[in-house]
Amino acid sequence: MTALPPPSLKKLGLVIDLDTCVGCHACVIACKGWNTENYGAPLSDLDPYGAEPEGTFLNRVHSYEVTPESGAPVTVHFPKSCLHCEDAPCVPVCPTGASYKRAEDGIVLVNEDACIGCGLCAWACPYGARELDALVGVMKKCTLCVDRIYNEALPERDREPACVRTCPSGARHFGDLGDPESAVSRLVAERGGIDLMPDLKARPVNKYLPPRPRDRLQEAPPDLAQLCEPGTEGLTGFLGWVDRTLSRF
Amino acid sequence: MHPAPSIIAFTALSGLGLGLLTYLGFGAVTPRGWSAFLWFGLGYGLTLTGLAASALHLGRPERALRAFSQWRTSWLSREAVLAALALLVLAPHAAGLVFWGRAVPLAGMAGAVLCLATILATSMIYAQLRTVPRWNHWTTPAVFLTAALAGGAILTARVELAELALPWLALTLALHWILGDRQFARSGQSPETATGLGPLGRVRQLEPPHTGPNYLLREMAYVVGRRHRMKLRVIAMILACLIPALLLGLWPGWPGLIPAAFSHLGGMLAARWLFFAEAEHVMGLYYGRR
Ligand code: SF4
Ligand code: SF4
Ligand code: SF4
Repeated sequence: MTALPPPSLKKLGLVIDLDTCVGCHACVIACKGWNTENYGAPLSDLDPYGAEPEGTFLNRVHSYEVTPESGAPVTVHFPKSCLHCEDAPCVPVCPTGASYKRAEDGIVLVNEDACIGCGLCAWACPYGARELDALVGVMKKCTLCVDRIYNEALPERDREPACVRTCPSGARHFGDLGDPESAVSRLVAERGGIDLMPDLKARPVNKYLPPRPRDRLQEAPPDLAQLCEPGTEGLTGFLGWVDRTLSRF
Repeated sequence: MHPAPSIIAFTALSGLGLGLLTYLGFGAVTPRGWSAFLWFGLGYGLTLTGLAASALHLGRPERALRAFSQWRTSWLSREAVLAALALLVLAPHAAGLVFWGRAVPLAGMAGAVLCLATILATSMIYAQLRTVPRWNHWTTPAVFLTAALAGGAILTARVELAELALPWLALTLALHWILGDRQFARSGQSPETATGLGPLGRVRQLEPPHTGPNYLLREMAYVVGRRHRMKLRVIAMILACLIPALLLGLWPGWPGLIPAAFSHLGGMLAARWLFFAEAEHVMGLYYGRR
Protein backbone atom coordinates (compact mmCIF):
# COMPACT_ATOMS: atom_id res chain seq x y z
CA MET A 1 0.00 0.00 0.00
CA THR A 2 1.09 3.57 -0.52
CA ALA A 3 0.05 4.51 2.98
CA LEU A 4 2.96 6.15 4.76
CA PRO A 5 4.55 3.87 7.34
CA PRO A 6 4.56 4.95 11.00
CA PRO A 7 7.47 7.34 11.59
CA SER A 8 10.72 5.41 11.73
CA LEU A 9 13.33 5.98 14.40
CA LYS A 10 16.00 6.03 11.77
CA LYS A 11 15.64 8.91 9.34
CA LEU A 12 18.41 8.78 6.80
CA GLY A 13 18.99 11.93 4.85
CA LEU A 14 21.33 14.63 3.69
CA VAL A 15 22.43 17.89 5.22
CA ILE A 16 23.45 20.45 2.63
CA ASP A 17 25.73 23.28 3.55
CA LEU A 18 24.86 26.37 1.50
CA ASP A 19 27.85 28.12 3.01
CA THR A 20 30.44 25.83 1.52
CA CYS A 21 28.84 24.67 -1.72
CA VAL A 22 30.85 26.17 -4.56
CA GLY A 23 28.39 25.25 -7.30
CA CYS A 24 30.76 22.94 -9.16
CA HIS A 25 28.01 20.42 -10.10
CA ALA A 26 30.30 17.49 -9.25
CA CYS A 27 27.51 15.93 -7.19
CA VAL A 28 25.16 16.21 -10.19
CA ILE A 29 27.55 14.22 -12.33
CA ALA A 30 28.46 11.71 -9.62
CA CYS A 31 24.78 11.10 -8.96
CA LYS A 32 23.97 10.63 -12.63
CA GLY A 33 26.98 8.38 -13.09
CA TRP A 34 26.18 6.08 -10.19
CA ASN A 35 22.44 5.95 -10.68
CA THR A 36 22.47 5.42 -14.41
CA GLU A 37 24.43 2.22 -13.92
CA ASN A 38 22.82 0.89 -10.77
CA TYR A 39 19.34 1.06 -9.17
CA GLY A 40 16.57 0.83 -11.77
CA ALA A 41 16.51 1.86 -15.40
CA PRO A 42 19.30 4.13 -16.71
CA LEU A 43 18.76 7.89 -16.53
CA SER A 44 18.19 8.70 -20.17
CA ASP A 45 19.37 11.69 -22.17
CA LEU A 46 17.59 13.13 -25.18
CA ASP A 47 19.56 14.75 -27.98
CA PRO A 48 22.76 14.57 -25.88
CA TYR A 49 25.05 15.90 -28.61
CA GLY A 50 22.51 18.07 -30.38
CA ALA A 51 21.31 21.59 -30.02
CA GLU A 52 18.81 20.97 -27.21
CA PRO A 53 20.34 18.38 -24.91
CA GLU A 54 18.32 17.35 -21.88
CA GLY A 55 18.07 14.42 -19.56
CA THR A 56 16.88 12.91 -16.33
CA PHE A 57 18.79 13.91 -13.21
CA LEU A 58 18.13 13.10 -9.56
CA ASN A 59 20.10 16.02 -8.23
CA ARG A 60 20.46 19.50 -9.65
CA VAL A 61 22.32 22.62 -8.51
CA HIS A 62 20.56 25.96 -8.75
CA SER A 63 22.34 29.28 -8.23
CA TYR A 64 20.72 32.27 -6.60
CA GLU A 65 21.59 35.86 -5.91
CA VAL A 66 20.53 37.03 -2.47
CA THR A 67 20.30 40.78 -1.96
CA PRO A 68 20.27 41.84 1.68
CA GLU A 69 18.59 45.00 2.95
CA SER A 70 21.96 46.67 2.97
CA GLY A 71 25.25 45.55 1.56
CA ALA A 72 26.33 43.70 -1.51
CA PRO A 73 24.37 40.76 -2.98
CA VAL A 74 25.79 37.29 -2.41
CA THR A 75 25.72 34.24 -4.62
CA VAL A 76 24.36 31.05 -3.09
CA HIS A 77 24.65 27.70 -4.86
CA PHE A 78 21.76 25.47 -4.04
CA PRO A 79 21.91 21.69 -4.63
CA LYS A 80 18.51 20.02 -4.60
CA SER A 81 17.56 16.35 -4.59
CA CYS A 82 14.71 14.45 -2.89
CA LEU A 83 14.39 15.48 0.75
CA HIS A 84 12.98 12.08 1.84
CA CYS A 85 10.10 13.86 3.58
CA GLU A 86 8.51 12.37 6.69
CA ASP A 87 5.01 13.23 5.47
CA ALA A 88 6.00 12.63 1.86
CA PRO A 89 3.02 13.89 -0.19
CA CYS A 90 4.38 11.99 -3.20
CA VAL A 91 3.60 8.63 -1.57
CA PRO A 92 -0.13 8.45 -0.78
CA VAL A 93 -1.14 9.95 -4.15
CA CYS A 94 0.39 7.04 -6.10
CA PRO A 95 -2.39 4.87 -7.57
CA THR A 96 -0.24 1.75 -7.92
CA GLY A 97 1.77 1.55 -4.73
CA ALA A 98 4.97 2.10 -6.72
CA SER A 99 5.91 5.18 -4.71
CA TYR A 100 6.73 4.20 -1.15
CA LYS A 101 8.61 5.19 1.98
CA ARG A 102 10.70 2.53 3.68
CA ALA A 103 9.55 1.78 7.21
CA GLU A 104 13.06 0.91 8.41
CA ASP A 105 15.03 4.02 7.45
CA GLY A 106 12.60 6.46 5.86
CA ILE A 107 14.10 6.38 2.36
CA VAL A 108 11.49 7.25 -0.30
CA LEU A 109 11.76 5.05 -3.38
CA VAL A 110 9.91 4.15 -6.59
CA ASN A 111 9.32 0.54 -7.53
CA GLU A 112 9.91 0.99 -11.23
CA ASP A 113 8.23 -2.30 -12.15
CA ALA A 114 4.92 -1.09 -10.75
CA CYS A 115 5.03 2.56 -11.85
CA ILE A 116 2.60 3.49 -14.64
CA GLY A 117 4.21 6.87 -15.21
CA CYS A 118 1.13 8.92 -14.38
CA GLY A 119 3.28 11.70 -12.95
CA LEU A 120 0.97 12.49 -10.06
CA CYS A 121 3.72 12.02 -7.48
CA ALA A 122 5.85 14.63 -9.26
CA TRP A 123 2.90 17.05 -9.07
CA ALA A 124 2.54 16.35 -5.35
CA CYS A 125 6.21 17.01 -4.58
CA PRO A 126 6.77 20.64 -3.59
CA TYR A 127 10.46 20.52 -4.42
CA GLY A 128 10.64 19.32 -8.00
CA ALA A 129 12.54 16.26 -6.85
CA ARG A 130 10.96 13.73 -9.23
CA GLU A 131 11.43 13.47 -12.96
CA LEU A 132 9.61 11.15 -15.33
CA ASP A 133 12.15 9.48 -17.57
CA ALA A 134 11.24 10.24 -21.17
CA LEU A 135 12.55 6.95 -22.58
CA VAL A 136 11.53 4.46 -19.91
CA GLY A 137 8.26 6.17 -18.95
CA VAL A 138 8.71 5.62 -15.20
CA MET A 139 9.32 8.04 -12.35
CA LYS A 140 12.92 8.58 -11.27
CA LYS A 141 14.06 10.11 -8.02
CA CYS A 142 16.99 10.20 -5.60
CA THR A 143 17.39 6.81 -3.94
CA LEU A 144 19.70 8.16 -1.23
CA CYS A 145 22.05 5.75 -2.97
CA VAL A 146 20.39 2.87 -1.16
CA ASP A 147 22.57 0.55 -3.24
CA ARG A 148 25.76 2.13 -1.87
CA ILE A 149 25.05 2.88 1.76
CA TYR A 150 24.33 -0.75 2.68
CA ASN A 151 26.58 -2.27 0.03
CA GLU A 152 29.06 -4.65 1.67
CA ALA A 153 30.83 -5.13 -1.65
CA LEU A 154 32.09 -1.56 -1.48
CA PRO A 155 34.98 -0.45 0.73
CA GLU A 156 33.65 1.09 3.92
CA ARG A 157 34.49 4.69 3.01
CA ASP A 158 32.43 4.37 -0.18
CA ARG A 159 29.30 3.36 1.71
CA GLU A 160 27.83 6.82 1.49
CA PRO A 161 25.86 8.51 -1.30
CA ALA A 162 27.79 9.21 -4.48
CA CYS A 163 27.09 12.94 -4.22
CA VAL A 164 28.43 13.11 -0.67
CA ARG A 165 31.47 11.02 -1.53
CA THR A 166 32.38 13.23 -4.46
CA CYS A 167 31.72 16.73 -3.12
CA PRO A 168 35.09 18.52 -3.17
CA SER A 169 34.03 21.16 -0.66
CA GLY A 170 32.39 18.87 1.88
CA ALA A 171 29.06 20.62 1.43
CA ARG A 172 26.96 17.45 1.56
CA HIS A 173 26.66 15.34 4.69
CA PHE A 174 24.89 12.02 5.05
CA GLY A 175 23.57 10.45 8.22
CA ASP A 176 20.71 9.59 10.53
CA LEU A 177 18.66 12.67 11.30
CA GLY A 178 16.42 10.65 13.61
CA ASP A 179 19.29 10.26 16.07
CA PRO A 180 19.85 13.58 17.89
CA GLU A 181 23.40 12.49 18.70
CA SER A 182 24.49 11.78 15.14
CA ALA A 183 27.07 14.02 13.51
CA VAL A 184 24.50 15.37 11.04
CA SER A 185 21.96 16.16 13.77
CA ARG A 186 24.60 17.99 15.76
CA LEU A 187 25.61 19.93 12.68
CA VAL A 188 22.00 20.95 12.07
CA ALA A 189 21.60 22.08 15.69
CA GLU A 190 24.88 23.98 15.65
CA ARG A 191 24.31 25.79 12.37
CA GLY A 192 20.55 26.33 12.61
CA GLY A 193 19.61 23.99 9.78
CA ILE A 194 16.24 24.69 8.16
CA ASP A 195 13.37 23.03 6.29
CA LEU A 196 12.40 24.22 2.82
CA MET A 197 8.81 25.51 2.51
CA PRO A 198 7.79 24.21 5.95
CA ASP A 199 4.21 25.52 5.47
CA LEU A 200 3.55 22.83 2.88
CA LYS A 201 3.80 20.27 5.68
CA ALA A 202 5.89 17.69 3.86
CA ARG A 203 8.32 17.71 6.82
CA PRO A 204 11.50 17.13 4.84
CA VAL A 205 14.22 15.05 6.49
CA ASN A 206 17.03 16.72 4.52
CA LYS A 207 18.14 19.97 6.08
CA TYR A 208 19.82 23.03 4.63
CA LEU A 209 22.48 24.97 6.52
CA PRO A 210 22.14 28.67 5.72
CA PRO A 211 25.23 30.60 4.62
CA ARG A 212 27.14 31.97 7.60
CA PRO A 213 27.07 35.74 8.01
CA ARG A 214 29.88 37.34 6.05
CA ASP A 215 32.57 38.73 8.36
CA ARG A 216 33.25 42.46 8.14
CA LEU A 217 36.57 44.26 8.42
CA GLN A 218 36.81 45.88 11.86
CA GLU A 219 39.54 48.38 11.02
CA ALA A 220 40.60 50.10 7.84
CA PRO A 221 42.75 47.84 5.73
CA PRO A 222 46.45 48.71 5.36
CA ASP A 223 47.45 50.32 2.11
CA LEU A 224 47.12 47.25 -0.07
CA ALA A 225 48.71 48.87 -3.10
CA GLN A 226 51.84 49.43 -1.14
CA LEU A 227 52.06 45.76 -0.30
CA CYS A 228 51.99 45.01 -4.01
CA GLU A 229 54.92 47.33 -4.86
CA PRO A 230 57.83 45.09 -5.65
CA GLY A 231 60.22 45.93 -2.85
CA THR A 232 63.97 45.38 -3.02
CA GLU A 233 65.10 45.53 0.58
CA GLY A 234 66.72 42.40 1.82
CA LEU A 235 67.75 41.21 -1.62
CA THR A 236 71.04 39.33 -1.43
CA GLY A 237 73.41 37.66 -3.86
CA PHE A 238 73.66 38.68 -7.48
CA LEU A 239 70.30 40.41 -7.61
CA GLY A 240 71.15 42.34 -4.45
CA TRP A 241 74.41 43.47 -5.97
CA VAL A 242 72.62 44.61 -9.18
CA ASP A 243 70.04 46.45 -7.09
CA ARG A 244 72.61 48.19 -4.94
CA THR A 245 74.79 49.09 -7.90
CA LEU A 246 71.96 50.48 -10.01
CA SER A 247 70.56 52.43 -7.07
CA ARG A 248 73.73 54.48 -6.91
CA PHE A 249 73.09 56.21 -10.21
CA MET B 1 0.75 23.21 -15.23
CA HIS B 2 1.07 21.73 -18.69
CA PRO B 3 -2.36 21.60 -20.36
CA ALA B 4 -1.97 18.11 -21.85
CA PRO B 5 -4.65 17.56 -24.51
CA SER B 6 -5.20 14.00 -23.28
CA ILE B 7 -6.09 15.12 -19.74
CA ILE B 8 -8.23 18.01 -20.98
CA ALA B 9 -10.15 15.65 -23.27
CA PHE B 10 -10.39 13.07 -20.49
CA THR B 11 -11.81 15.36 -17.84
CA ALA B 12 -14.19 17.16 -20.19
CA LEU B 13 -15.54 14.07 -21.99
CA SER B 14 -15.79 11.74 -19.03
CA GLY B 15 -17.33 14.54 -16.96
CA LEU B 16 -19.99 14.99 -19.60
CA GLY B 17 -20.58 11.25 -19.97
CA LEU B 18 -20.81 10.68 -16.22
CA GLY B 19 -23.15 13.66 -15.89
CA LEU B 20 -25.44 12.16 -18.52
CA LEU B 21 -25.33 8.73 -16.85
CA THR B 22 -26.16 10.35 -13.49
CA TYR B 23 -29.45 11.68 -14.89
CA LEU B 24 -30.20 8.41 -16.66
CA GLY B 25 -29.48 6.50 -13.45
CA PHE B 26 -31.70 8.72 -11.30
CA GLY B 27 -34.46 8.24 -13.85
CA ALA B 28 -34.67 11.90 -14.87
CA VAL B 29 -35.44 10.40 -18.25
CA THR B 30 -36.42 6.76 -18.88
CA PRO B 31 -35.86 6.08 -22.55
CA ARG B 32 -36.67 2.60 -23.84
CA GLY B 33 -35.47 0.42 -26.66
CA TRP B 34 -33.46 2.13 -29.35
CA SER B 35 -33.53 5.55 -27.77
CA ALA B 36 -32.27 4.01 -24.51
CA PHE B 37 -29.53 2.33 -26.53
CA LEU B 38 -28.49 5.66 -28.04
CA TRP B 39 -28.58 7.56 -24.77
CA PHE B 40 -26.77 5.02 -22.64
CA GLY B 41 -24.43 4.40 -25.57
CA LEU B 42 -23.55 8.10 -25.59
CA GLY B 43 -22.98 8.12 -21.81
CA TYR B 44 -20.85 5.00 -21.82
CA GLY B 45 -19.08 6.09 -25.00
CA LEU B 46 -18.10 9.52 -23.67
CA THR B 47 -16.95 8.10 -20.34
CA LEU B 48 -14.92 5.31 -21.89
CA THR B 49 -13.39 7.63 -24.50
CA GLY B 50 -12.34 9.92 -21.68
CA LEU B 51 -10.79 7.05 -19.74
CA ALA B 52 -8.95 5.85 -22.85
CA ALA B 53 -7.63 9.38 -23.44
CA SER B 54 -6.33 9.51 -19.89
CA ALA B 55 -4.45 6.26 -20.40
CA LEU B 56 -2.58 8.00 -23.23
CA HIS B 57 -1.10 10.34 -20.67
CA LEU B 58 0.66 7.48 -18.85
CA GLY B 59 4.33 6.68 -19.32
CA ARG B 60 3.50 2.94 -19.17
CA PRO B 61 -0.14 2.53 -20.30
CA GLU B 62 0.20 -1.25 -20.44
CA ARG B 63 0.33 -1.34 -16.65
CA ALA B 64 -2.81 0.77 -16.19
CA LEU B 65 -4.63 -2.04 -14.33
CA ARG B 66 -2.30 -1.54 -11.37
CA ALA B 67 -3.98 1.81 -10.78
CA PHE B 68 -6.98 0.00 -9.28
CA SER B 69 -5.02 -1.17 -6.25
CA GLN B 70 -4.42 1.83 -3.97
CA TRP B 71 -7.96 3.15 -3.45
CA ARG B 72 -7.36 3.41 0.28
CA THR B 73 -4.93 6.30 -0.10
CA SER B 74 -4.93 7.59 -3.68
CA TRP B 75 -7.66 9.72 -5.28
CA LEU B 76 -6.42 8.65 -8.71
CA SER B 77 -6.90 5.03 -7.77
CA ARG B 78 -10.31 5.81 -6.25
CA GLU B 79 -11.31 7.49 -9.50
CA ALA B 80 -10.39 4.39 -11.50
CA VAL B 81 -12.22 2.04 -9.12
CA LEU B 82 -15.32 4.26 -8.87
CA ALA B 83 -15.52 4.75 -12.64
CA ALA B 84 -15.39 1.00 -13.23
CA LEU B 85 -17.96 0.36 -10.48
CA ALA B 86 -20.29 3.08 -11.76
CA LEU B 87 -20.30 1.64 -15.28
CA LEU B 88 -20.83 -1.89 -13.96
CA VAL B 89 -23.56 -1.07 -11.47
CA LEU B 90 -25.49 0.98 -14.03
CA ALA B 91 -25.36 -1.86 -16.57
CA PRO B 92 -28.48 -3.76 -15.38
CA HIS B 93 -30.50 -0.54 -15.47
CA ALA B 94 -29.22 0.29 -18.94
CA ALA B 95 -29.74 -3.26 -20.24
CA GLY B 96 -33.21 -3.41 -18.66
CA LEU B 97 -34.30 -0.28 -20.50
CA VAL B 98 -32.65 -1.17 -23.81
CA PHE B 99 -33.79 -4.81 -24.10
CA TRP B 100 -36.90 -5.17 -21.94
CA GLY B 101 -38.12 -1.62 -21.65
CA ARG B 102 -37.96 -1.93 -17.86
CA ALA B 103 -36.00 0.22 -15.47
CA VAL B 104 -34.01 -1.28 -12.59
CA PRO B 105 -34.27 1.71 -10.25
CA LEU B 106 -32.05 0.27 -7.53
CA ALA B 107 -29.14 -0.27 -9.94
CA GLY B 108 -29.89 3.07 -11.55
CA MET B 109 -29.79 5.02 -8.31
CA ALA B 110 -26.67 3.27 -7.03
CA GLY B 111 -24.97 3.79 -10.40
CA ALA B 112 -25.89 7.47 -10.42
CA VAL B 113 -24.42 7.99 -6.96
CA LEU B 114 -21.26 6.20 -8.10
CA CYS B 115 -21.09 8.48 -11.18
CA LEU B 116 -21.18 11.54 -8.93
CA ALA B 117 -18.57 9.99 -6.65
CA THR B 118 -16.33 9.38 -9.68
CA ILE B 119 -16.55 13.03 -10.71
CA LEU B 120 -15.73 14.05 -7.15
CA ALA B 121 -12.74 11.69 -7.09
CA THR B 122 -11.44 13.17 -10.36
CA SER B 123 -11.66 16.67 -8.95
CA MET B 124 -9.96 15.64 -5.71
CA ILE B 125 -6.89 14.47 -7.65
CA TYR B 126 -6.32 18.16 -8.31
CA ALA B 127 -7.91 19.71 -5.24
CA GLN B 128 -5.72 17.68 -2.85
CA LEU B 129 -2.45 19.17 -4.16
CA ARG B 130 -1.06 21.76 -1.76
CA THR B 131 1.68 22.29 -4.32
CA VAL B 132 -0.77 23.88 -6.79
CA PRO B 133 -2.53 26.54 -4.71
CA ARG B 134 -5.05 27.43 -7.43
CA TRP B 135 -6.41 23.87 -7.40
CA ASN B 136 -6.16 23.40 -3.65
CA HIS B 137 -9.57 25.00 -3.11
CA TRP B 138 -13.22 23.96 -2.75
CA THR B 139 -14.10 25.57 -6.09
CA THR B 140 -12.24 22.77 -7.89
CA PRO B 141 -14.72 19.99 -6.95
CA ALA B 142 -17.54 22.54 -7.28
CA VAL B 143 -16.64 23.27 -10.92
CA PHE B 144 -16.21 19.60 -11.82
CA LEU B 145 -19.57 18.64 -10.31
CA THR B 146 -21.61 21.54 -11.68
CA ALA B 147 -20.03 21.12 -15.11
CA ALA B 148 -21.04 17.45 -15.21
CA LEU B 149 -24.55 18.22 -13.98
CA ALA B 150 -25.06 21.05 -16.47
CA GLY B 151 -23.64 19.06 -19.38
CA GLY B 152 -25.62 15.98 -18.40
CA ALA B 153 -28.84 17.99 -18.22
CA ILE B 154 -28.29 19.32 -21.75
CA LEU B 155 -27.57 15.85 -23.10
CA THR B 156 -30.65 14.34 -21.42
CA ALA B 157 -32.73 17.13 -22.96
CA ARG B 158 -34.09 18.11 -19.54
CA VAL B 159 -34.25 21.77 -20.43
CA GLU B 160 -35.58 22.98 -17.09
CA LEU B 161 -32.75 21.18 -15.25
CA ALA B 162 -30.19 22.61 -17.66
CA GLU B 163 -31.54 26.12 -17.17
CA LEU B 164 -31.14 25.52 -13.44
CA ALA B 165 -27.62 24.07 -13.61
CA LEU B 166 -26.06 26.46 -16.13
CA PRO B 167 -26.18 29.55 -13.88
CA TRP B 168 -24.58 27.49 -11.10
CA LEU B 169 -21.84 26.44 -13.47
CA ALA B 170 -21.30 30.09 -14.45
CA LEU B 171 -21.07 31.04 -10.79
CA THR B 172 -18.64 28.30 -9.77
CA LEU B 173 -16.44 28.95 -12.82
CA ALA B 174 -16.30 32.65 -12.00
CA LEU B 175 -15.51 31.94 -8.35
CA HIS B 176 -12.83 29.43 -9.32
CA TRP B 177 -11.16 32.07 -11.49
CA ILE B 178 -11.53 35.04 -9.17
CA LEU B 179 -10.69 33.28 -5.90
CA GLY B 180 -8.06 31.23 -7.72
CA ASP B 181 -6.18 34.38 -8.70
CA ARG B 182 -5.48 34.99 -5.01
CA GLN B 183 -4.56 31.45 -4.08
CA PHE B 184 -0.85 31.54 -4.87
CA ALA B 185 -0.32 34.66 -2.80
CA ARG B 186 -2.37 33.11 0.00
CA SER B 187 -0.17 30.02 0.03
CA GLY B 188 2.63 32.35 1.12
CA GLN B 189 5.29 30.61 -0.98
CA SER B 190 8.02 32.62 -2.66
CA PRO B 191 11.61 32.14 -3.84
CA GLU B 192 12.56 33.11 -0.29
CA THR B 193 10.60 30.29 1.38
CA ALA B 194 11.51 27.80 -1.35
CA THR B 195 15.22 28.30 -0.75
CA GLY B 196 14.95 29.17 2.94
CA LEU B 197 17.19 32.16 2.21
CA GLY B 198 14.53 34.75 3.07
CA PRO B 199 16.18 35.85 6.34
CA LEU B 200 19.24 36.87 4.32
CA GLY B 201 17.49 38.97 1.72
CA ARG B 202 15.63 38.95 -1.56
CA VAL B 203 16.24 35.86 -3.70
CA ARG B 204 16.60 35.87 -7.47
CA GLN B 205 17.67 33.09 -9.81
CA LEU B 206 21.19 33.76 -11.00
CA GLU B 207 21.80 30.65 -13.08
CA PRO B 208 19.39 27.82 -13.80
CA PRO B 209 20.66 24.33 -12.93
CA HIS B 210 20.59 23.20 -16.57
CA THR B 211 20.78 24.92 -19.92
CA GLY B 212 18.12 22.91 -21.72
CA PRO B 213 14.50 22.20 -20.91
CA ASN B 214 13.47 19.33 -18.64
CA TYR B 215 10.46 17.38 -17.42
CA LEU B 216 9.89 19.71 -14.48
CA LEU B 217 9.78 22.86 -16.59
CA ARG B 218 7.59 21.33 -19.28
CA GLU B 219 5.18 19.71 -16.88
CA MET B 220 4.96 22.16 -14.02
CA ALA B 221 6.23 25.56 -15.09
CA TYR B 222 4.01 26.05 -18.12
CA VAL B 223 3.72 29.80 -18.68
CA VAL B 224 2.86 29.96 -22.39
CA GLY B 225 -0.50 31.41 -23.31
CA ARG B 226 -1.43 32.89 -19.95
CA ARG B 227 -1.35 36.24 -21.75
CA HIS B 228 -4.78 35.50 -23.23
CA ARG B 229 -6.32 34.20 -20.02
CA MET B 230 -8.91 36.97 -19.73
CA LYS B 231 -10.12 36.57 -23.30
CA LEU B 232 -10.27 32.81 -22.86
CA ARG B 233 -12.25 33.12 -19.64
CA VAL B 234 -14.83 35.22 -21.45
CA ILE B 235 -14.96 32.80 -24.40
CA ALA B 236 -15.30 29.80 -22.06
CA MET B 237 -18.08 31.47 -20.11
CA ILE B 238 -20.02 32.43 -23.25
CA LEU B 239 -19.68 29.04 -24.93
CA ALA B 240 -20.16 26.83 -21.88
CA CYS B 241 -22.98 28.71 -20.13
CA LEU B 242 -24.45 31.69 -21.93
CA ILE B 243 -25.04 30.33 -25.45
CA PRO B 244 -26.50 26.98 -24.25
CA ALA B 245 -28.82 28.82 -21.85
CA LEU B 246 -30.01 31.16 -24.62
CA LEU B 247 -30.44 28.37 -27.18
CA LEU B 248 -32.42 26.23 -24.77
CA GLY B 249 -34.53 29.18 -23.78
CA LEU B 250 -35.37 30.02 -27.40
CA TRP B 251 -35.70 26.51 -28.87
CA PRO B 252 -36.23 24.00 -26.05
CA GLY B 253 -36.47 21.09 -28.52
CA TRP B 254 -33.82 19.30 -30.58
CA PRO B 255 -32.96 22.31 -32.77
CA GLY B 256 -31.71 24.07 -29.65
CA LEU B 257 -30.27 21.08 -27.85
CA ILE B 258 -27.73 19.91 -30.37
CA PRO B 259 -25.93 23.23 -30.88
CA ALA B 260 -26.24 23.87 -27.13
CA ALA B 261 -24.44 20.61 -26.39
CA PHE B 262 -21.61 21.38 -28.82
CA SER B 263 -21.25 24.94 -27.58
CA HIS B 264 -21.17 23.71 -23.97
CA LEU B 265 -18.50 21.12 -24.76
CA GLY B 266 -16.38 23.69 -26.60
CA GLY B 267 -16.64 26.09 -23.68
CA MET B 268 -15.75 23.38 -21.17
CA LEU B 269 -12.69 22.41 -23.23
CA ALA B 270 -11.54 26.05 -23.10
CA ALA B 271 -12.26 26.20 -19.36
CA ARG B 272 -10.29 22.99 -18.77
CA TRP B 273 -7.39 24.30 -20.82
CA LEU B 274 -7.34 27.32 -18.53
CA PHE B 275 -7.71 25.11 -15.46
CA PHE B 276 -4.30 23.64 -16.27
CA ALA B 277 -2.54 26.50 -18.03
CA GLU B 278 -3.33 29.01 -15.29
CA ALA B 279 -2.37 26.75 -12.39
CA GLU B 280 1.04 27.53 -10.94
CA HIS B 281 3.13 24.88 -9.15
CA VAL B 282 5.30 26.00 -6.24
CA MET B 283 8.19 24.05 -7.77
CA GLY B 284 8.44 26.83 -10.39
CA LEU B 285 9.78 29.11 -7.66
CA TYR B 286 13.10 27.28 -7.82
CA TYR B 287 13.35 28.36 -11.45
CA GLY B 288 12.21 31.91 -10.83
CA ARG B 289 8.88 31.11 -12.48
CA ARG B 290 5.36 30.77 -11.41
S1 SF4 C 1 11.24 15.76 -1.70
FE1 SF4 C 1 9.51 15.36 -3.04
S2 SF4 C 1 9.92 13.32 -3.86
FE2 SF4 C 1 11.19 13.54 -2.05
S3 SF4 C 1 9.99 12.70 -0.37
FE3 SF4 C 1 9.63 14.91 -0.38
S4 SF4 C 1 7.78 15.11 -1.62
FE4 SF4 C 1 8.58 13.08 -2.05
S1 SF4 D 1 4.31 8.13 -11.69
FE1 SF4 D 1 4.58 6.05 -10.89
S2 SF4 D 1 5.32 6.33 -8.80
FE2 SF4 D 1 4.44 8.28 -9.45
S3 SF4 D 1 2.32 8.23 -8.76
FE3 SF4 D 1 2.30 7.48 -10.88
S4 SF4 D 1 2.50 5.26 -10.69
FE4 SF4 D 1 3.07 6.11 -8.70
S1 SF4 E 1 21.97 10.41 -2.55
FE1 SF4 E 1 22.54 9.32 -4.43
S2 SF4 E 1 20.70 9.41 -5.68
FE2 SF4 E 1 20.45 10.98 -4.09
S3 SF4 E 1 21.27 12.90 -4.96
FE3 SF4 E 1 22.96 11.90 -3.90
S4 SF4 E 1 23.99 10.67 -5.47
FE4 SF4 E 1 21.96 11.20 -6.26
